[in-house]
Amino acid sequence: MNTENIQNEIIENFQILDGDLEMTLNYLMELGEKLELLDEKYKIEENIIKGCQSKVWLTHEVKDGKIFFAGDSNTSITKGLLSLLIKVFSGQSPKDILESKLYFINQTGLCRFIGTQRSNGLEAMENKFKIIALSNK
Amino acid sequence: MNNFPINKIRDDFPILNSKINNNQLVYFDNAATTQKPKSVIDGISNYYKYYNANIHRGIHTLAEKATEEFEETRSLVKDFIGASSENEIIFTRGTTEGINLISSSLGKFYFNAGDEIIISEMEHHSNIVPWQMIADENKLNLKIINVTGDGEVDMNHFKSLISEKTKLVSIVYISNTLGTINPVKKIIDICSENNILSVIDGAQSSAHKKIDVTNLKCDFYVFSAHKMYGPTGVGVVYGREEILEKMPPYMGGGEMIKDVSFSKTSYNNLPYKFEAGTPNIGDVIGFKEAITYIKNIGINSIENYEISLKKYAEDALKKIDGITIIGTAKDKVGIFSFTTKKVHYYDLGLLLDAKGIALRTGHHCTQPLMDKYSLDGTARLSLAIYNTINEIDYFVESLSKLISK
Repeated sequence: MNTENIQNEIIENFQILDGDLEMTLNYLMELGEKLELLDEKYKIEENIIKGCQSKVWLTHEVKDGKIFFAGDSNTSITKGLLSLLIKVFSGQSPKDILESKLYFINQTGLCRFIGTQRSNGLEAMENKFKIIALSNK
Repeated sequence: MNNFPINKIRDDFPILNSKINNNQLVYFDNAATTQKPKSVIDGISNYYKYYNANIHRGIHTLAEKATEEFEETRSLVKDFIGASSENEIIFTRGTTEGINLISSSLGKFYFNAGDEIIISEMEHHSNIVPWQMIADENKLNLKIINVTGDGEVDMNHFKSLISEKTKLVSIVYISNTLGTINPVKKIIDICSENNILSVIDGAQSSAHKKIDVTNLKCDFYVFSAHKMYGPTGVGVVYGREEILEKMPPYMGGGEMIKDVSFSKTSYNNLPYKFEAGTPNIGDVIGFKEAITYIKNIGINSIENYEISLKKYAEDALKKIDGITIIGTAKDKVGIFSFTTKKVHYYDLGLLLDAKGIALRTGHHCTQPLMDKYSLDGTARLSLAIYNTINEIDYFVESLSKLISK
């Protein structure tokens, strides 16, 4: 699936929550819990994405020209957000990652729940995926 | 507590009727900023509606009226904190600017290389960084008073730090993170005995305790209007007149001058020497309403009500399994920083927001203090006059559910 198909699927999954903040947060935390465990050895300084109040680690490997991501966060909600980004970007080529536009944040209404200060962390996360893609191009 | 006009007070704050995520707003982020009563909002609005004009230099009616209201605020502030003259009251943008004003101005003449400044481990970044800046510029040493595990200033350590080179002590009255009420009177007395200037960061104290700078005998007392039901963008530096007279201006520009020529400029008298440029007139006038509001309720009855709220919150929080309160000083206000075993403070902040509860999460601009307790942040509940026992119950119930999942 390309990044658009995956994003459309995410948007569809969020529709059921009907914009309810509490349900959305709980759903994000559930998604985070499903994220594959990240081996402690990857939780090092160079893999950290610094958000305002949460820590995120992101690592990757390249197989057959495609990048596969793994990550973790010390906060459950951020981990949920991270899991969505991993879902969108993992298994894509560097070119596809760089050319993709993340529209699911707006279309799921997630942007309303993660205000400017908090969304900075999200922007930093997206940038990190793209930097990794760029360095593997 | 029974006589406190809580319903009337809540009615005075329009924002308290708001629904947040379909829940009644419970505002527990008062240490960051307090909400504003209608009289403050109207005060600002009336200035712009009926007498907006620049102050001091105008001769027309509007300018006269605006100047009168502005200077009345100064007079009210003077009385409110027990200063002896309006010359000792300087308007700033807030506590941060106030501390920067003091440090920059003193930095120009007061220190010699090798002199020492003492602050404490529990200071807000605003009472750390300005001193670090002038310490760098003037080759001064910054000494840090230890804070105990309970969150109290270690007075013995403080005394041991004092030397002949100590020129200034700057310390917070009430910690924004721990809620600790510091024994500032004792600290100031020790400073006076040793000929050391004392600066008190009053950002968290001014709306919650009776402040009397004459009794405290501090050299400087700095605070912000927006943490005392007033507007943002207004703060006050109280400085003893004798010292302010010796201090050079902080900024140059209009209002702070007596005469300007290209060969020589002479400066205006106090307090205008430190108020370059058009001040935040509308908000200063709004601040007048905030002080009037506090005075009408009475700072003593506010303090009593808040003490009973604090006790109630403290008892309730202590009963919750799995939370740790950071800051358990004997003498403290209704500020409770805490962490929970199961839920990260960031998640907690968002999940409680979904319930309509506003509280702060993070390091609260006290990173060195967080380092001391090996934390990167906490969730923080901070109370004010309009908070109620019902709100605390709702918070405790919501929090308990979240962390027991």
